[in-house]
Amino acid sequence: MNIRNNIFFLSLIFIIFLYFISNTFFSWITEFPDILKIPIAKYITIFIKWLIEDADLGLFTFKQLTRGIGSLLDAPSLFLKGLLATGFKFEMTNGNSFYFPPLSWISIIFVFVTTAIWLKDYTLTFFVAISLLYVAFFDLWESTMTTFSSIIVAVIIGIIIGTLLGILSYKSKTLNNILTPTFDFMQTMPVFAYLVPALMLFGYGPAAALVVTLIYAMPPMARVTKNALDQVNSEIVELGKMVGCSTMQMLYRILLPSIRPRMMLGVNQVIMLTLNMVIIASMIGAGGLGYNVWQSLKQLRIGQGFEAGIAITLVAIILDRLSQKIATRRPVYHEQKTKFFQKNIYLIIIFLFIIITWLCGNWYSFFYNIPENMTVSSGRFWDGIIDYININYHGPIRLVRDFFYIYLLKPLKSFMISIPWFVVVLLVFTIGLRIQGLALGLKCSILVLFIAMSGFWEKAMISVYLIGICVLLANLIGIPIGIIAASNDRVHRITQVIIDTFQTLPAFVYLIPVIMIFSVGDFSAMIAVVLYAIVPAIRYTDNGIRQVSSSYLEAAKSNGCTKFQILRRVQLPLSLPDIMLGVNQTLMMGLSMLIITALVGTRDLGQETLIALSKVDPGRGLTAGICVAFIAIIVDRLINAWSQKRKKELGLTTSIS
Amino acid sequence: MKKIINRFLKSSLLITLLFGSFYISSIAKAAVPESKDPIKVVIMGYSGDNIIMQIYGELISKLGYNVEYTPADYIGQFAGLKSGDLHIGSPGWDTTAKDVMADAWGSGTVLNMGNIGISVFEDWWYPLYVKDKCPGLPNWEALLDAECAKSLATAETSPNGRFLEGPIEWGGTGGLRIEALGLPIEVINAGSDAALGADIVAAVKRKEPILAWTWQPYWLPAMYPGEFVAWPEYGDGCYDDASWGPNPDKTHDCGNPTGYMWKSAWAGGESIWPKAYDVWKKFTLDEKTMGDLVYKSDIDGVDTMDVAKGWIADNESLWSEWLK
Repeated sequence: MNIRNNIFFLSLIFIIFLYFISNTFFSWITEFPDILKIPIAKYITIFIKWLIEDADLGLFTFKQLTRGIGSLLDAPSLFLKGLLATGFKFEMTNGNSFYFPPLSWISIIFVFVTTAIWLKDYTLTFFVAISLLYVAFFDLWESTMTTFSSIIVAVIIGIIIGTLLGILSYKSKTLNNILTPTFDFMQTMPVFAYLVPALMLFGYGPAAALVVTLIYAMPPMARVTKNALDQVNSEIVELGKMVGCSTMQMLYRILLPSIRPRMMLGVNQVIMLTLNMVIIASMIGAGGLGYNVWQSLKQLRIGQGFEAGIAITLVAIILDRLSQKIATRRPVYHEQKTKFFQKNIYLIIIFLFIIITWLCGNWYSFFYNIPENMTVSSGRFWDGIIDYININYHGPIRLVRDFFYIYLLKPLKSFMISIPWFVVVLLVFTIGLRIQGLALGLKCSILVLFIAMSGFWEKAMISVYLIGICVLLANLIGIPIGIIAASNDRVHRITQVIIDTFQTLPAFVYLIPVIMIFSVGDFSAMIAVVLYAIVPAIRYTDNGIRQVSSSYLEAAKSNGCTKFQILRRVQLPLSLPDIMLGVNQTLMMGLSMLIITALVGTRDLGQETLIALSKVDPGRGLTAGICVAFIAIIVDRLINAWSQKRKKELGLTTSIS
Repeated sequence: MKKIINRFLKSSLLITLLFGSFYISSIAKAAVPESKDPIKVVIMGYSGDNIIMQIYGELISKLGYNVEYTPADYIGQFAGLKSGDLHIGSPGWDTTAKDVMADAWGSGTVLNMGNIGISVFEDWWYPLYVKDKCPGLPNWEALLDAECAKSLATAETSPNGRFLEGPIEWGGTGGLRIEALGLPIEVINAGSDAALGADIVAAVKRKEPILAWTWQPYWLPAMYPGEFVAWPEYGDGCYDDASWGPNPDKTHDCGNPTGYMWKSAWAGGESIWPKAYDVWKKFTLDEKTMGDLVYKSDIDGVDTMDVAKGWIADNESLWSEWLK
């Protein structure tokens, strides 16, 4: 053990030495030789252009295939949209048109409220009612219904495909090995990177938005399903075998029902991530609340953007809580003699109500459109607050910002750019080698090599610097908050609400006010990312400490430890793997915010994807996206490996969170 | 054995059905180009462009066409116009989209439908109070003064002044102009138009000196009193010929060219909705009208669709010519 440590430190010293002499001796260490740079971006663009314009599968071209799939995908969300938001227009051959109005807003609110009552959760009922009334009276109803219809389709398809893939990777080890890195990619590549190819393949409209949303939101479902299946109690499986289940029966009647609670975590994540994508989806034609946010912020109507953003958060919470409750319901058994009427009374009432209000809509337009003079907006109020802060507190704000920039951001940025690529490759290799072995070291250093070869090295380093400092700050602030929340229930409840909001409130909403107060630059980008990335830091720390087994705590207490000693010597060391997982997640979230920072004005990989989007250059976007994914994978693997090692040392491997 | 054959048949039937439905739905979409198909009119979100497109949309609705307003990005819409996903494009400005438009028109899949009739102007802009720190403005030589540059400086550019340009993909020439005219200023790019606007408005509200990229017609220069910097006037050759202009060794030693807004449309649509395309070709507006309409929507807060409908109601004699 000691020898390994010594070799490790020696290599570190050597690497640092290399860093200092690199400028004078080996210029190829600092600047990746141009000859070896591969124009990967160009090749990818050529390939995709070929795929779209020329690829022919015999019966039909590739483009026709994808466009066909696109129209199939369009259909359910267009139908739902018509039903809930815009109504249906039918053109007759004689030139007349038929218009079926959408379902009345009153009836939709009624449906949701009744569902909540049926679930016997009265706090939820109240919450649902208030949220939907808010949406209706703040003039956001049609947008919300549009968003809702596309989300429902995305979530349902995401759950189905995710479960299927999860089951398949449970059954087949090869498939699992292929799918795991694929999922990593899908979750870490910036959306804008694959937006252009998606648009080219599926056209402007709900289909492309759906595909893009699915790529981002589906992996958690697959991962959770596989994980849960892995942990199914072997006795249950044996029972199934003993009773003579076929494979299908085993799946449907034994395995899936037993992992249902865990699968709900996957469903929750799919819903949350889908809602994260709402804004980007609206940029490519999906409309809805995302469009409201985007448009309001473009015209600097911060208050209006904020209202639409809150609506998105409310929809997320409603969908999440309702689905959780529905999934964990215990089935209700009726006596044999209850009539159809009694068993399904809720459904019947809802059905009647919908029909009646829909018919009323034909006479009183109030039923399907709240008149303008009854809607309100708090927009000016929020605008006023931002203005107030901007004008009155500008002096100290500018001091803080400049201080941060001059003494922290700028020097760090120059340092990161100046590190020779070769040094980074060696460093990553050595760390991987030390933590787990040759395989890890080689894997990670090859990924670094790819980034160097792609020609995006400097941009990648800027991304690393920016996200690195955000991750550091997010953890420095988040972990202590998590610790406090773990020991104090009141703080815990407050932080839960705050982090749920920050996870679903679109970053755009607080990005523009941040720019107004702190001006365009790395500092504003940093604030936006930290606000988003701090969520997992708090959540995982809080959770991890709370999960420490009480037997440890009792042992410590009976040994006479003070509260602080318990924290420092028992809780923190034992929850370190969970905290590290939180750090890992902070990194993932930080990286996914690269697009947002690009919109502020940084010159990194995120911006490359933006440029690719406007120049319609899919190769450039995809290559930059791959670099981002690689950075994520490298750090994720290293942290994971270290965390696993630590868990083994602490004897915690049997419990997997 | 039977089981395997059974399974095979079942799955191949499923796959055939699946592919069949993809094929049919893709063919179905392509084989029905009758005129009741919705015309996708691009809506970008800027009030000025919105109003133009909504006036057009409402006019062809009067003729019985089925109009679908589709949100899209300013530069990104050209990709959609080329592929036929978008039909009537939002006007492209000579000053920022010249290359993209030339590329689109050159490809044969996008038609140049003519000049709208509104000249546009984009350049370096400053709020009036900046003149206190930089006497001599709007003359560009006022920017050569070190004190002036310092008042425009931020932590990122100090001691040089900061010029806040639009996103890089807009192809700004700020850096080249600074080099050609020897200005003590650095370019910082905002990442998006929203960020650009936010920064400018916030600076103006706290009376902080700022030099930034802005355009007309737009709500910003209409709402906040300011001026454009007066550069040596643009002429042909400024961008390619170094010997042109005040600096004999460098190009880009001049201001921006003025330009116009150009209409574009998907080429394939002309045979599907010929009348609608004809109306678009005839569509024109002048600057004064544009300015008034933008003012109504941005300063007075009227919804753009209502502004559009109001204009239609007041100007029947004008647009009835286009519909003939």
